[in-house]
Amino acid sequence: MLLLEKLVSASGVSGNEDEVRSLLKSELEKKDTGYRVDTLGNILVENPEVEQQGPPRLLLAAHMDEVGLMVTSIEDGGFLRFDKVGGIDDRVLVSRKVLVGSKKTPGVIGSKAVHLQKPEERKKNLRAEDLYIDIGVKGKEEAKKYVQTGDYVSFYSPLQELGHSCYKGKAFDDRAGCAILWELLNEGRLPPFHAAFTVQEEVGLRGALVVGNALDLDMALIVETTSASDVPGSKEHEQVSRLGAGPVLSIMDASVVVDKGMLDTLIRVAEENEIPYQFRGFNGGGTDAGALSLSRAGVKTAVVSVPARYIHSPCSIINREDLHYTRKLVELFVKEVKGKK
Amino acid sequence: MEKLLKELTAAYGPAGHEEEIREVIEEQVKDYVDSCYTDTLGNLIAVREGAGPRLMVAAHMDELGLMVTHVDENGFLRIARVGGVVPHILVGQRFVFSNGTAGTINHEKIDELKELEWSKLYLDIGCSSREEAAEKVNVGDVAVYDQEFKNLGQRYLGKSMDDRVGCAVLVETIKRLPRQLPQEVIFVFTVQEELGLRGARTAGYALEPSYAVAVDVTRVGDTPESLVMDVSLGKGPAVKIKDSSLITHHGVREIMFSLAEKNGVEYQREVLERGGTDAGSIQLTREGVPSGVLSIPCRYVHTPSEIVDKGDVENAVNLLEQLCLYPWKEV
Repeated sequence: MLLLEKLVSASGVSGNEDEVRSLLKSELEKKDTGYRVDTLGNILVENPEVEQQGPPRLLLAAHMDEVGLMVTSIEDGGFLRFDKVGGIDDRVLVSRKVLVGSKKTPGVIGSKAVHLQKPEERKKNLRAEDLYIDIGVKGKEEAKKYVQTGDYVSFYSPLQELGHSCYKGKAFDDRAGCAILWELLNEGRLPPFHAAFTVQEEVGLRGALVVGNALDLDMALIVETTSASDVPGSKEHEQVSRLGAGPVLSIMDASVVVDKGMLDTLIRVAEENEIPYQFRGFNGGGTDAGALSLSRAGVKTAVVSVPARYIHSPCSIINREDLHYTRKLVELFVKEVKGKK
Repeated sequence: MEKLLKELTAAYGPAGHEEEIREVIEEQVKDYVDSCYTDTLGNLIAVREGAGPRLMVAAHMDELGLMVTHVDENGFLRIARVGGVVPHILVGQRFVFSNGTAGTINHEKIDELKELEWSKLYLDIGCSSREEAAEKVNVGDVAVYDQEFKNLGQRYLGKSMDDRVGCAVLVETIKRLPRQLPQEVIFVFTVQEELGLRGARTAGYALEPSYAVAVDVTRVGDTPESLVMDVSLGKGPAVKIKDSSLITHHGVREIMFSLAEKNGVEYQREVLERGGTDAGSIQLTREGVPSGVLSIPCRYVHTPSEIVDKGDVENAVNLLEQLCLYPWKEV
């Protein structure tokens, strides 16, 4: 099985990244790659040669967590009320299959049937607080056998191939980045770099904040997943990125202004190696780059993303070529910046 | 002062692209300080050496701007804001890129002003095709307000008084300081303040100051039917008590009040309900830094036409000079 498939099958809602972390840890151990897990749960793969070789001391980072839900209360009828963890559009929630808690109890997000809704209710979008999770139990007592308040809830959405070149699944944001990082760690011929698999990005770049305090860095490249909005109803100038058009280079987002030198290098490397690329046509949103760039006395940062349609929903779509080229671009970037002294 | 302020406000330097303004400032101060260098994020750091504690004085170099997000087939540019720019003040305004390419903002058809969203705005640089436009600008390029500096008599009118007037106050103070200072004073011209007080944070970490004072503009409440704000133009610089980024350090604030009173500098007490300054991020670096803010009252902050008062600017220099000469205690 593809590592990416294993990674997206794992549940890892922000603050509950254990399953993803265990998976990555066992893969790292298989290859005898040294690592440590810090207080917040970030995996740090520190390469001692980075310090020996000196600047630029480079970090590659991707976040392990995904958006999801958390159980806030169990109603007398056994229905679960929930809150969102990370940014989710309320409208993608209804009728979704979910897994609740560490026992992965299956459930469905339900709402009042349409014929029971008042005319004015039908006109409004269903909000998260109108919805509940139905795990098929008779009442609160039975529900408590399976779940408790505070349990994390993740979408159930196995990876599927779509067409000839696409995958559908949840949590490509940012398991795609994790998969790329893992592959590069196993790429023997690369110059030394540090790597971090971070936690709690979706709730405010929290893991990356302490990674930046822990490591003495000159440069950080974030491998991310960003929104592709080349879909019906979106005008060309409203599209953040397009599926199949190659890795997405950020110039600026709400959290960071990308270092111009790193951006120039990424562009040059892409052009010299005939790697298609695109610019992120939107300067909102944030990434771990924001937290890392402001750590200690400042770190140069850039962001390369795999484009994905419908991110932060149970069914996002990525393109294999984009994945391949993103990996290739990051790999060549590492060679380029670390290769020349 | 007028010549300096005119030169500083004219220099290109949106948040994240401070190279040009940094060069202008470096040229102004380098002969008056012991050392001058640029850090990782691009802050310009000018050091006046001295024994004793270390006072950090900060003003931000960056200004607001618009970033190109897309070039359409007819040569129109779509844009996103860099810093706190609002759509309704943009329509009809001229903007200019670092390479001199100029243009004006307008919008798709709308029925009401409230429909004026970012996705409806575009920048027209006078090109008729994507190819033609691509020769002048790229996605990611940033344009700034294109507005001339004017002397209105007792007041100055221009773009980016926020915070080039603060930079001018620092530059002028640096030039006036005597050879011997009772402590080390590090002047920092910061980057990316308008995006969240970013440059000040990493500079604060690196420099480990004993005390910090930021110099920035503040809003006023002296215009027709304005929001209530107890600061006016022309009544002297303001000593900040609170804004949304910090409550100034009591001890630092008291030193500022007493120096102003002792030296006959008219000043105002400032409580700003919304807005932040570099001092907010400096005070939270490492184990905390006692920080204060010297504010220059400014009308129409973040618009292309900001107004400051000559007397306020002059008195801000006087007070900052006193702050540098004051013997700060070791922490």
